[in-house]
Amino acid sequence: MNDKVIKVDMLARVEGEGAFKVVVRDGEIVGTEFRIFEPPRFFEAFLQGRDHMEAPDITARICGICPVAYQMSSVHAMEMALGITVDGPLRDLRRLLYCGEWIESHILHAAMLHAPDFLGYAGAIEMANDGHGDAVKLALEYKKAGNAIVTFVGGREIHPINVRVGGFYKVPRKTDFAPLREQLLKARDLAEKFVDWTASFTFPDKERDYTMVSLSHPDEYPMNEGRVVSSKGLDIDVTDWPAHFREEHVAHSNALQGFMVDGSSYLCGPVPRFNNAYDLLSDRAKAAAERVGLPRDNRNPYRSITVRAIEGLYAVDEALRIIDAYEEPDAPFVAYEPRAGVGMAATEAPRGLLFHRYELNDDGSIKTALIVPPTSQNQPSIEEDLQSFIGDILDQPDEDILLLCEQTIRNYDPCISCATHFLELDIDRG
Amino acid sequence: MAKPRLGVFKFSSCDGCQLSLLDCEDELLAVAGAIDIAYFPEATRSDDVGHYDIAFIEGSVTTPHEAEMIQDIRARSTALITLGACATSGGIQALKNGADTAAFIDAVYAHPEYIDTLDTATPISDHVTVDFELRGCPISKRDLIELVAATVVGRTPQTPSHAACIECKLAGHVCVMVSQGTPCLGPVTHAGCGALCPGYARGCYGCFGPKETPNTAALAAQLANHGADNRQIARLFSTFNTNAPEFRKEAEKHE
Repeated sequence: MNDKVIKVDMLARVEGEGAFKVVVRDGEIVGTEFRIFEPPRFFEAFLQGRDHMEAPDITARICGICPVAYQMSSVHAMEMALGITVDGPLRDLRRLLYCGEWIESHILHAAMLHAPDFLGYAGAIEMANDGHGDAVKLALEYKKAGNAIVTFVGGREIHPINVRVGGFYKVPRKTDFAPLREQLLKARDLAEKFVDWTASFTFPDKERDYTMVSLSHPDEYPMNEGRVVSSKGLDIDVTDWPAHFREEHVAHSNALQGFMVDGSSYLCGPVPRFNNAYDLLSDRAKAAAERVGLPRDNRNPYRSITVRAIEGLYAVDEALRIIDAYEEPDAPFVAYEPRAGVGMAATEAPRGLLFHRYELNDDGSIKTALIVPPTSQNQPSIEEDLQSFIGDILDQPDEDILLLCEQTIRNYDPCISCATHFLELDIDRG
Repeated sequence: MAKPRLGVFKFSSCDGCQLSLLDCEDELLAVAGAIDIAYFPEATRSDDVGHYDIAFIEGSVTTPHEAEMIQDIRARSTALITLGACATSGGIQALKNGADTAAFIDAVYAHPEYIDTLDTATPISDHVTVDFELRGCPISKRDLIELVAATVVGRTPQTPSHAACIECKLAGHVCVMVSQGTPCLGPVTHAGCGALCPGYARGCYGCFGPKETPNTAALAAQLANHGADNRQIARLFSTFNTNAPEFRKEAEKHE
């Protein structure tokens, strides 16, 4: 009884294939493993020799849930290598596209994948069929507005086709936005209700003192660009990333694990963004956080579901702001000549910071590629959460321990296809 | 009549095709009403194993474990249907086919000995009998709804195998290759996307894979006339359906 292995061999309601294992000896947790067995697909290897223009289309295929994040980090990195700057309406359109992905991804995770943990269901459809139908329908309608943005700007919701190095293939006219704007005005009401719904759940009373890492920009809530900052005082240019962060390959994971150079773990994602950049949220998003009592230095990872709902509301507000200010640019993209160079960029994927680095040859073909996805970075923190949060319930039935472990991992909205390029629970009690 | 039991399985892939099911915001609850979703780990933790009337397969076979798993799923399923380019042709990860897998592992991982992978990424049909294939990287929602509706009533889904070029003409787009010389795979690519890329002033990059009897050689000659060199032509045929035989053969001619 004091020795056991608690494990799940196929973690459900996450993107990709993962597992976890908790090893208990003499009533103490002696090991936690968050195991990624998603098969490796070797993107960084087969990007070598491809044209730089192909990077946004190819890297999008790393993840069907956050393709826009891959497209954004890759085009920004390429633009640094090529020495071009994309600003004005083209930059705003990229932010609009990203707002769409934040809404779609956050609401998918919060409503369909994470909420069932709080309400005690196997999944969202079971939840909808047992008295929560209105909430699920609201979430689907709200999520649809996110997909509508991605489709409007990007051409389709999964693997958008309109993003290119330098800007877009085609840009919308000002008058084209009217139906989307109407849909977003309705979605804003749904977003407010959604915040309140997630805040009505009961949250485990658990906290950790995380090192919270996010982008930081003087005028904007972190998304497209900025310095890399932490809640413990780090403040670096993105090009200094490799000097401050490292990746390790451990036997139990097909995804490399991310650490600070001193070997300590850190957290990236919505909670660090919210804590590090609270003041830059829209007034409506800040009012919603205050209304539901979400503190600006929240360290309870289970409340990330409400942080996602707040970021969703922010993304609706921000999308409307961009649409109202939009003026059609003179050209859909900034022209350039290919050249050799090195480019790096980090953007904020829905689940956290996504770093890309490329070296280009003279003809614009890719010499080397490095991609550091958010779930890789969060793996050590996930294992530490499991270590910290379940010690006081080890005397309870395995099923209850399993559920808490799964809920703890889902706090991260882990994206396992990304990280491998996700989950089994395995509690080893000897 | 009992509701058909559905299993949704992931192999090596990005999750985008099964996500398309969750992206059917207007239809999802109706679909869940018509079908018993017995196994769909991305959506529910209930894992009701046993026999499936319909198995949806996303992803290609890239590991020894996956090669075993597909045999087991086939044995337990009445209709086995592949969703998307990975399951149907191998997907983008099939770029490793013919490459040096050990070098690929070295390029990405510090400890190659931890990695268990096959030298190839192969479509499901290389391993088991497939009853229907849905194309696309990703699949289109329209095709998916048609597939689900047709399967529930027991008819063949209507997913035309003509070229994306025909969809482009029907949509009234200006031909990007004729008017601007932009390389476009529309003449040889399977319909399904609604000729999306030409509508955005870019050439088709073939995410739905080869159409029925594609004349890839004639297209390659035309691409060359527009100034594309062999390397560009080979790359154009070597993306998300690189392992589809018609595309692979044309690419090999230009390497």
